[in-house]
Amino acid sequence: MKRINDLLEALGSALILAGRAFASLPSAPRILKRVAEQGYLVGYTTLPIVTILCFFIGAVLALQAGNTLRDFGAKQLIGTLVGESLARELGPVMVAILLAGRVGSAVTAELASMKVSGEVDALVTMNIPPERLLVLPRLIAVLLAMPVLTMVGNIIGWFGGAVVCAQVKSIGVEPEMYFQSLKQYLTIRDITDGLIKAEIFGFVIMLIACSTGLRTRGGPREIGFAVTKSVVFSLIAILTLDYFITKALS
Amino acid sequence: MKTPAPPAVTDRVARPTKTRRPVLARDDLSPVKVTVEGLTKSYGSQRVLTDVSFEVKPGEIFTIMGPSGSGKSVLLRHIAGLETPTEGRVTINGQDPSLPETRDRFAVALVFQSGALFNSLSVYDNLALYPLEHRICPKKEIRDRVMRALTILSIETAANKLPADLSGGMKKRVAIARALVMEPQLILYDEPTSELDPVMGATIAEIIATLKEQFTVTTIVVSHDRDMAMTISDRIAVVHQGRLRTVQTPSELKASKDSVIDEFLNPRIDIRNPRFRQLENASS
Repeated sequence: MKRINDLLEALGSALILAGRAFASLPSAPRILKRVAEQGYLVGYTTLPIVTILCFFIGAVLALQAGNTLRDFGAKQLIGTLVGESLARELGPVMVAILLAGRVGSAVTAELASMKVSGEVDALVTMNIPPERLLVLPRLIAVLLAMPVLTMVGNIIGWFGGAVVCAQVKSIGVEPEMYFQSLKQYLTIRDITDGLIKAEIFGFVIMLIACSTGLRTRGGPREIGFAVTKSVVFSLIAILTLDYFITKALS
Repeated sequence: MKTPAPPAVTDRVARPTKTRRPVLARDDLSPVKVTVEGLTKSYGSQRVLTDVSFEVKPGEIFTIMGPSGSGKSVLLRHIAGLETPTEGRVTINGQDPSLPETRDRFAVALVFQSGALFNSLSVYDNLALYPLEHRICPKKEIRDRVMRALTILSIETAANKLPADLSGGMKKRVAIARALVMEPQLILYDEPTSELDPVMGATIAEIIATLKEQFTVTTIVVSHDRDMAMTISDRIAVVHQGRLRTVQTPSELKASKDSVIDEFLNPRIDIRNPRFRQLENASS
């Protein structure tokens, strides 16, 4: 019962936090510098890892699917399979998991540390809403960065698949055929559905990270717990939401 | 963070709903009265404060003393509007300090025990945050204001340093300077001399007294430091086990016959204390 109460309390406070953050949206022009700083952290510094991760996801997909499709005589469809899988599912989910582990944990640790050391209370006494200064820039940054990261991840993943198809002799699909099959069946809707997912995942991850960080009380041990909690909740939220968003979009 | 053009600032000041104190108009910065009425605070089943009532007059230095764990800092956090009372109420000139409107109307600065400086910002940016965020005055004026506060506290050279590069005493001074930039009507100090050597402690005590004289600000200090409290306070409240024991002037307190106050003000170290004897017996 206590766990359910805690969960509902966490959910409620996250929603209140989002409401308060967006209530200060009219002051967004004044926080552009902070949005840019957060955009750099969320987007630019995550990009290399997204690139590596998505390249190998595309490569593994092509390798696994290539051998099976070859047996069925349908290896010309590898491009479609890799393209669709990455655009609709693996691209947004893997980027979101990466974001939760890399950015979500860092944000929780930073905000929890600020909370524990009294910096957040200092903002409150100065009548500067922490939601405006600490949460809103991060939410805007993640909403701007997620589609870009996901799209870059998709493209790199598609190229990863193309490289494997061309280089692995047992598959032996030329890049022209691979991309032709990818273009033939992949629709704009597939890509936009994936980007919608990515936006929702990014928003939820950042909200969980900020909310968990700002609810931390105690000392260094609690900061560690908060980071773990934030990452675990984010992963659960990503996979749970993935099902419901997929169902809603299909 | 963009600073508005001067006409916009004038508009802001003129608007009745968003009244903001003009930066240099000292006549608008009258010190406030703080009233604590029947304040009780519990965390779960643990009662921290019980029926605490007192009034802090405008412009006085009011010190709250008491042993560790007696609820002094919790009391201060209520006055700062960071905690909600379980029972009773705290007001600043009749207004609830936890409401943003009250914070907007009266500038209340809290100097935290740890300093609570923003670690990612330089000392200058720490000080400039409040006026910049509230767009109180043009950037040039903010700069003057920040530099003036740094000069008063003799820490001009630290302007470009990060809080991590400062000593404990410097951090306290920066925290006080940050409070000063707010041009507060009420300054709250949480253990301002803790973790400082006696010389630095005396300097901070002098700064607190000087700021009160120069800026006629209501000052509430939470401290263990008996010497500082006796020297700078107009009145002292003693909190013991979550209850207000007394509110007296330093001279009245010195003459007090109350055993709890006497024990707190004049602690005696007695190595023949039965507690130490027990330890001695246990070890032998």
